[in-house]
Amino acid sequence: MSVLVIAEHDNSQVSPGTLNTVTAASKIGGDVHILVAGSACADVASQCAKIAGVSKVLCADDDSYKNEITENVAALVKTQVGDYGHVMAPASTFGKALIPYVAAQCDVQAISDISDIVSDDTFVRPIYAGNALETVQSADAVKMMTVRTTAFELADAESGSAEVTNIDQAGATDWVQFVAQNLSQSERPELTSARIVVSGGRGMQNGENFAMLEKLADNLGGAVGASRAAVDAGFVPNDYQVGQTGKVVAPDVYLAIGISGAIQHLAGMKDSKVIVAINNDEEAPIFQVSDYGWNEDLFTAVPALQAELEK
Amino acid sequence: MKILVPVKRVIDANIRVRVKADNTGVETANVKMAMNPFCEIAVEEALRLKEAGHAEEVIIVSAGPEKAAETIRTGLAMGADRGVHVQTDDRLEPLTIAKIIKAVSDKEGCDLVVLGKQSIDDDNNQTGQMLAALMERPLGSYISKIEKNDNGFAITREIDAGLEDLQISSPAVVTADLRLNEPRYASLPNIMKAKKKPIDAMSPADLGVEVSNRLTVVKVDEPPAREAGVMVSGAEELVDKLKNDAKVI
Ligand SMILES: Cc1cc2nc3c(=O)[nH]c(=O)nc-3n(C[C@H](O)[C@H](O)[C@H](O)COP(=O)(O)OP(=O)(O)OC[C@H]3O[C@@H](n4cnc5c(N)ncnc54)[C@H](O)[C@@H]3O)c2cc1C
Ligand SMILES: Nc1ncnc2c1ncn2[C@@H]1O[C@H](COP(=O)(O)O)[C@@H](O)[C@H]1O
Repeated sequence: MSVLVIAEHDNSQVSPGTLNTVTAASKIGGDVHILVAGSACADVASQCAKIAGVSKVLCADDDSYKNEITENVAALVKTQVGDYGHVMAPASTFGKALIPYVAAQCDVQAISDISDIVSDDTFVRPIYAGNALETVQSADAVKMMTVRTTAFELADAESGSAEVTNIDQAGATDWVQFVAQNLSQSERPELTSARIVVSGGRGMQNGENFAMLEKLADNLGGAVGASRAAVDAGFVPNDYQVGQTGKVVAPDVYLAIGISGAIQHLAGMKDSKVIVAINNDEEAPIFQVSDYGWNEDLFTAVPALQAELEK
Repeated sequence: MKILVPVKRVIDANIRVRVKADNTGVETANVKMAMNPFCEIAVEEALRLKEAGHAEEVIIVSAGPEKAAETIRTGLAMGADRGVHVQTDDRLEPLTIAKIIKAVSDKEGCDLVVLGKQSIDDDNNQTGQMLAALMERPLGSYISKIEKNDNGFAITREIDAGLEDLQISSPAVVTADLRLNEPRYASLPNIMKAKKKPIDAMSPADLGVEVSNRLTVVKVDEPPAREAGVMVSGAEELVDKLKNDAKVI
């Protein structure tokens, strides 16, 4: 039996999360195929064909797939499910919206955010903001799931040589009209796949002060993240949020600056290799999970760190 | 317009859960319970739509054991009009819950269902998407804004890359994200009033829904713990440790 991975992309570039998802798919055993639904997305299909472990790329190139409208992509996936034993997508906002939608259409109970694969029907997933790990066995004929990308390595993006098959568009809904996207523009690496993440919390006091963290991130070649409190207060946009209900990251270094370390925040970063915390409250819970804690006012510590790095 | 708001009773977000010694689940005995925070946001938004003159009635539905009625009561105290309690002691998976909500919505003739994007206990993030698929109605997932207009609803979604605006037709299903609103507290007079508001009780079978679970919980484990490391006293020491001990920069 084969596994179908739904590619996430922006019509020109396949997302790193898709590469992690291919690794998860390969662990199940059997062939791995990728479905690309997009518009003018031939480049994405050729990138997918080069991913190690992928034996076939299905590409549906149509205007109706341009903006990843859940209904339209789901209609296509539904026509392709056929004999696949597993359908997987990264646990991004794209995959998390899509997979349960398709699953319900196929009368399947989806499995969210798997972090480990025990066998072809048994999977591990974090629950309660990562405070417990649940192992579930599925009795459905097709297993549909989203994959916690930080729990799986990136598949090699260059060594594969799959064939690309073009497939037909599968009908689009007129219920949903795309209006606009308001995307955060940044030259920095993408938050969920960055090697270094510098995050700020309520302690940053305002959005302007985040410039200090951007400078630090640029010096280290990293991305900038934030706590929910910093997003709610309007310091930074929603897509910066790390946590149980935001993004999950696991970089080599995570710097938590002016962040207290609530369980909902830890849920999104506690698998980081090295955690550094800067906080002026020595009792802050973030220190209990950090490898290097620095009990200092951030307005003193961050410029000092910047100066030290520039040396 | 009639609005349906499905709500879930969960362990309070401020409680640190403990895995049971026999690895069958987490401790729930004598633990503080509350309405799932995303459901509070959903209730709030439904009430605001009603207060703006777009809806006549806000109905709260919850599927679960006897105590789920308390969570419905919380929604009524916030200002919803009445409740539907689908009573069962069985473990419920999102697909079954979506089937139950669909049956209730069909029965009540609701034009809009507002759910939370995620329950903070099981962290599924599934029910709203499943409901939209089953009802064959447009889905607005992870919304931070909704406005009623002549063509249905103008919504803004929180997505990984930023924000997205969509126009969806009515009737519809939407799921609330954190920035949609700040839920109100129930005032004491409203808590008193809510005691008199009606809650209809029924079983999944009354709605023609069979509870059929597809997943077996094999076990629930404690995640590996992270140890606290060392404290540093300055930038030089920190950079030295990152470079030479951890070798990560
Ligand atoms: C349903 C739900 C979902 C949630 N989802 C998320 C999520 O996904 N992600 C998330 O992050 N949170 C989430 N939260 C919120 C979470 O519970 C916390 O409220 C939030 O993480 C706190 O953010 P913070 O640490 O920035 O703020 P605070 O807890 O207020 O901490 C600020 C910290 O900054 C320190 N500080 C202040 N000034 C300075 C200074 N000058 N120098 C150094 N340190 C300073 C303080 O000592 C304090 O430790 C969620 C909550 C709920 C209920
Ligand atoms: N037992 C339930 N009864 C009513 N609504 C529910 C129930 N479980 C989940 N929901 C709704 O579905 C949303 C998402 O939950 P979930 O898919 O479990 O993450 C919740 O915020 C509720 O609005």
